[in-house]
Amino acid sequence: MSSTVSGLPPAQSAALLRAYGDAVAVERRRFALGATITLLLVLIAGRVAEVDPVKFGANLGNFGDYLYRLSRLETGASVLSDPAEWFWGLSKWLRLMAETLLIAYVGTVMGVLGAFAFCFAASRNLTRSRLVVWTARRILEFSRTVPEIVFALIFVVAFGLGPVPGVLAVALHTLGALGKLFAEVVENIDMKPVEGVAAAGGSWFSQVRFGAVPQVLSNFAGYGLLRFEINVRGAAVMGFVGAGGIGQTLVESIRKFYYSDVSAILLLIIVTVMIIDHLTEALRHRLIGSEERS
Amino acid sequence: MTRRSELFDDLSGVRKRHADTHFKGRPLETAKALGIAGLLAGLFVYGLITLEFSLGRIIDGMGGLGLIAGMMLPPSPGTWSKAVVYLHALGETLAIAFLGTLLAAVVAFPLAFFAARNVNGVRIIQFLTRRGFDTIRGVDTLIWALVWINVVGLGPFAGVLAIMCSDIGAFGKLFSEAMEAADRKPVEGITASGGSRVQAVRFGIVPQILPLLASQVLYYIESNTRSATIIGIVGAGGIGLHLSEQIRTLEWQHVSFLILMILVAVAIIDRISSRLRFSIIGPRAV
Repeated sequence: MSSTVSGLPPAQSAALLRAYGDAVAVERRRFALGATITLLLVLIAGRVAEVDPVKFGANLGNFGDYLYRLSRLETGASVLSDPAEWFWGLSKWLRLMAETLLIAYVGTVMGVLGAFAFCFAASRNLTRSRLVVWTARRILEFSRTVPEIVFALIFVVAFGLGPVPGVLAVALHTLGALGKLFAEVVENIDMKPVEGVAAAGGSWFSQVRFGAVPQVLSNFAGYGLLRFEINVRGAAVMGFVGAGGIGQTLVESIRKFYYSDVSAILLLIIVTVMIIDHLTEALRHRLIGSEERS
Repeated sequence: MTRRSELFDDLSGVRKRHADTHFKGRPLETAKALGIAGLLAGLFVYGLITLEFSLGRIIDGMGGLGLIAGMMLPPSPGTWSKAVVYLHALGETLAIAFLGTLLAAVVAFPLAFFAARNVNGVRIIQFLTRRGFDTIRGVDTLIWALVWINVVGLGPFAGVLAIMCSDIGAFGKLFSEAMEAADRKPVEGITASGGSRVQAVRFGIVPQILPLLASQVLYYIESNTRSATIIGIVGAGGIGLHLSEQIRTLEWQHVSFLILMILVAVAIIDRISSRLRFSIIGPRAV
């Protein structure tokens, strides 16, 4: 394609280019400064984290090798050649996967109930007392910031091995994460119904029950579903610290180099997570849809 | 007395007189809602039973937890040399989070172009890239850490690679969505003045999305600081190694000190990153 646009005379274009250069110079300088700082941080971080490009280059082959071995049975044949042998423990793994889903479900329900109880106390428009709001928010922040697997480690000591500490860890983390989101929803509600109930002489509980709850319930359900999705992933690794689910079996097969088991279990987890993702997404769309219709 | 008590005294009368407009109820919807709630509650109870919850166990555990909480006070690292070790581990954690996130962004950026509908016209490549991102995202950071430990050995380097891998999927998805949401007009302008497809992407799309991407990367550095604290549990460097060790040896004062350190570090990173995001894209989108 030949160019049909003829260029400007050099005198004119030089002036335009200079104006353009001046206009972008400030941004260029800012960008260069940011890039320099980032580069410095990268160098420092690389030193602290013992990043070694040479080692990485030498071991990159290992990664490919690892992936290759994941696709081989113990006999050396491809896993696809004998799916029955590949998924030899399917019934056991499915049971563990079901346990993982139950851990995520029970933990989510507990967390949602807890967040529901906390969120009204943590929202400024419904709770007058500054102290109550502050305390509720700090509790939520704490249980949100400490990773659930750390809770699981501590709970395993207190409650013993098994799914119970896993459920409680998921529940506590969910409480923190959802409590914050719920409180934000509550702070954005229309206050007129609440004032109406207050004006008719309703107690604080009636104000929350009849003024606030009907407005927020569908939003809460949506967030709860989203959290369930996240918790399924979280519950899959609870077994790493002895807190139930499929993680225990996975970590053992990784540590003992049972390559085909690792790939089978990973595949199972990925497929389950994808199915759950699709289901909850469909459910959430229906929820939003019914919200708009009514 | 007051009107209110009159009304309440005559509640059944009020109900009867206004039965046609109020208090009718919607039996079908109520039944549906009750049915769903019943199912959910039933599954919950079934779960509690299957997962071996029992009142005795909960009470025992709560007692143990109270005891542990008591032993956690006051938080203390024991000796100064231990505190230095922990600080170094914390630095390692921050370095892992920072490097892992940045590397993930660097890798995901070019890949995202393949997944964006308005950049890449080939549907099949677009579909494959997206499913690839989903698959990577489906594997937890801890699992990636275990895999990389097998490849590069124990240590923080494995942690960096683990954070990187689990975030490539997330970034790929976010970046390609940002590209698809970009305004078409600059692209059309460049095409109209004779620019090539590459130029259209470089000058039409990239300048629009760069601030957004930067803010997303900052947000992920923040959230990865949390993830990086735990990958040490499987041996991939950082403060998690000490944390799990101290929990296993029941040194509760050390545990609470470590948790406190994590909380403070996360709060600081939080503050810095929201400041930076604020200055990059303005208050609106923070």
